Amino acid sequence: MQSFLKSGKLGSQSLDKGASSSKITKKSKTVPWVEKYRPQTVNDVVEQNEVVAVLNQCISGADLPNLLFYGPPGTGKTSTILAAAKQLFGDIYRERILELNASDERGIQVIRDKVKTFSQLTASATRPDGKACPPFKIVILDEADSMTHSAQAALRRTMEKETKTTRFCLICNYVSRIIEPLTSRCSKFRFKPLNESMIHERLKLISEKEGINCEDETLKTLVENCGGDMRRAITCLQSCSKLQGSGSPISVNTVLEVTGVIPHNWLLEFVEVCKRKSYMDAVEFVKKFGYEAYSASQFLEQFNCFLVNTGIFSDKQKAMIGEKLGTVNYFVQDGGSEYIQLCSLATSVILACDA
Amino acid sequence: MSLLWCDKYRPKDFSKLDFHKEQGSGLKSLTKDGDFPHLLIYGPMGAGKKTRIMCLLKELYGTGVERLRSEVMTFTTPSNKKLEIGTVSSNHHIEVNPSDVGIYDRVVIMNIIKNVAQTQQLDLSGQKSFKVVVLTDVDALTKDAQHALRRTMEKYITNCRLILCSTTMSRVIPAIKSRCLCIRIPAPTTEQIVQVIEKTASLEDINFPRNLAEKIAVLSERNLRRALLMSEACKVEAEGKLTPNQNVAEPDWLLMIRETARIILNEQSIQQLKKVRENLYELICRGIPPEIIFKNLLDGLLKQCDLGLTAEILENAATYEHQMVQGNKEIFHLEAFVAKCMCLYQNVLEEMKSDF
Ligand SMILES: Nc1ncnc2c1ncn2[C@@H]1O[C@H](COP(=O)(O)OP(=O)(O)OP(=O)(O)O)[C@@H](O)[C@H]1O
Ligand SMILES: [Mg+2]
Repeated sequence: MQSFLKSGKLGSQSLDKGASSSKITKKSKTVPWVEKYRPQTVNDVVEQNEVVAVLNQCISGADLPNLLFYGPPGTGKTSTILAAAKQLFGDIYRERILELNASDERGIQVIRDKVKTFSQLTASATRPDGKACPPFKIVILDEADSMTHSAQAALRRTMEKETKTTRFCLICNYVSRIIEPLTSRCSKFRFKPLNESMIHERLKLISEKEGINCEDETLKTLVENCGGDMRRAITCLQSCSKLQGSGSPISVNTVLEVTGVIPHNWLLEFVEVCKRKSYMDAVEFVKKFGYEAYSASQFLEQFNCFLVNTGIFSDKQKAMIGEKLGTVNYFVQDGGSEYIQLCSLATSVILACDA
Repeated sequence: MSLLWCDKYRPKDFSKLDFHKEQGSGLKSLTKDGDFPHLLIYGPMGAGKKTRIMCLLKELYGTGVERLRSEVMTFTTPSNKKLEIGTVSSNHHIEVNPSDVGIYDRVVIMNIIKNVAQTQQLDLSGQKSFKVVVLTDVDALTKDAQHALRRTMEKYITNCRLILCSTTMSRVIPAIKSRCLCIRIPAPTTEQIVQVIEKTASLEDINFPRNLAEKIAVLSERNLRRALLMSEACKVEAEGKLTPNQNVAEPDWLLMIRETARIILNEQSIQQLKKVRENLYELICRGIPPEIIFKNLLDGLLKQCDLGLTAEILENAATYEHQMVQGNKEIFHLEAFVAKCMCLYQNVLEEMKSDF
C-alpha cells in the first residue's frame, strides 16, 4: 500500500514503454464535463426558480433562512448551494462554509463538537478586501438523509442556539428521512426533475462548446431516457461522444446502450410468453433476460409504462398486474433477487391473463 | 501449481477479446484522451467484467498495472475496532472488495479513497493525474457505504476515478448510478463459449470434441469461467483422451442443491426437513452465497415438481427470498421456504389421494 500511495517513486523510472504515448498529453488536468459545466453562479442553475430567487435576494443583501433542499439526484442541489456560497463570500468562502457529507463522520459527537465550534466563531460583515459580505457562516449538511435520527436530533438545539451567526443548509434525496423538528425549522425547496427541454438546451450548449456532432433527434432520445437527471444526461453525452470515437455523429444505438434502455422487443416477448400460460416458459424467458444483464428495475419501469398504454390487457387485468408490479419493484430495490422477482411477476401476469 | 485455464488465457488487451468486440473497441476509445468517467460495470457472473476492467487499466496506464501485489491493509473504525482487508494493487490502481468487512465497508472505502485522492502524483513523468480504485461486489455494499460514496466521487474526481463492479443494478442507489457511466456486460452466448473452449484447447494442443464443448457450454449456464473450469476438469478426468460423450462433472455444490430439492419432494416429514437442514448448513459453510443456494434450489424444485404448483412455489419464493436478504440469519428463511414447499406439496398429494 505504501508504495502504491507514493506511487511512481519506486518504479517510475523503469516504467513501461507501452504507455509512453500518453506521456505526450502530460498531466493534462482532465475534468469530466459534469464538473466543467457545474453552475458557477446561482443564475446558471437551470429550472429551480424559487430557490434561485431566494438566493439572489440574499446575495443582494437580504437575510438567509435555514434551507432544506430535496429532490432526485442530479437536479442541482449541491451545485446551487456551493455557487451561492461562492457568490456570497467570494474568496473567503472556504472559511465561511463547513461542508459535511455522508463520507464524513456525522455521529452525535461530531454534530456537537465540530458544528458547534464552527458556528461559535464570529463572522464579520466585511471581507478582508473591504467588500461587504453577510455576517454569518453556512453549514452544509449534504446527503442529510443518511444521518441517524439521533444525530439529527442533536442538530436541533445547535440550529436554534446559533441562529445569530450560522445558517444551515440540509440537502437530501428523500425528505421523509429527515425528522419533523428539523424540516419545520427550514425553508423547504423541492428540486424537481428537470424539464426535458431544459436539459436539451443545456446539452446543446455543451455540444457546441465541445464540438460534438450530434443530431437533434439523437439528443432528444438521450434526454428522454435520462429521467430529468442533468448529471446523468451530461455524463451520457460525454460517454457517447467518446465511445463513438471522433468524427462520426453519435448514433441512436450508442445512446440507447449507454442509457441502459431495454429494447422494446423484450417487453413484447415477455407478454407473449406469459400469454402462452406456461410457467416454465416464463421462467426460461426470465433466465434468458438475466443473461443479457439488463437492469430489472429498468425493465419494471418500462413495463409499467407499456402496461398503462397497451390495449392488450383489460382494465381489470391491468389493475392486477399493476399491483404486483409495485410489490416486485419494492422487493427488487430492497435487495431481492431480480430473477426470482421477475419470475413472480410473470406468474401474476399469467394469472391475470385468465381473469 | 500451474495456472488455471481461465486465468492463463484471460485476454489482456481489448484487441484480444473473444466476444463483445464492438463494446471492447468502444471502451478503448473511451480511454483515448487519457481520461474517463467513473464506471459502473455490471453483468452476470463469468461474463468477463474483470477482464474488461484489466484491459481498461492497461489501456490507460500500460503494462505497469500488471505488476500486482497483494497486501493486507488495516483500518480502525471510529469505535476503535481493528479491521483487516486484503487488497490487490499496482502503482496505478488498487482493487478491494469492501464487503469483506461486512458492515464496516464504509470505513474501508473512505480511507482508501481519501488516501488515494490526497496523494498527488508527485513524479513529473507521471502519466495521469488520477489513480483508479476498483471496488468489486458493489451490490453487496451497505446503503451507508453507498451514500458515503456520493459526494466523495465528485469531490476527488481530479485525483481518483472509481470502477465499480456489480452483478445487479437494482441494489445500487440511484445517486451512484447518476454519477457513473453504466456499462452492461451480457453473458456470452453458448456458441461464443464453445468457440472460446475450442480456442483454449488448441492453445493447449488438445483435441476437444465439439459435442463435448457444446455440452459444457449448455451446462455452464453461460458462465465462461465455469465453462473453462469444467473443460479443464474434463481434460484431467479423461487423462488425455477426450471423448464426445464423456461425463461432464458439474460443481458438486450444484449437485448437492439439486439433491436437496429431490429430498424435499421425495417425502415430507420432520426427518426430511432435518436432512435438508444438514445440507443447507454444509452449503453455507462451504461459502456458497445464500442467494445462489436459494435460486438453484428453486430451479431444482420447479424442474422436479409437476403438480401444478409452479405459481405457488414462485410466489412463496419471492417473499421468502426477499425476507432472507433483509434478515441476517439466512438459514431460517431457507428452511422456512423448504417447509412451506413441503407443506404445499403434501396438501396436493393428499387431495389427489382423496379424489380416488
Ligand atoms: N439545475 C441545474 N442546472 C445546471 N446544471 C445542473 C443542474 N442540475 C444538475 N446539473 C449538472 O449536474 C451536475 C450534478 O449536480 P449536483 O451535484 O448539484 O446534483 P445534486 O442535486 O446534488 O445530486 P445528488 O442528489 O446526487 O447529490 C452538476 O455538476 C451540473 O453539471
Ligand atoms: Mg449532491
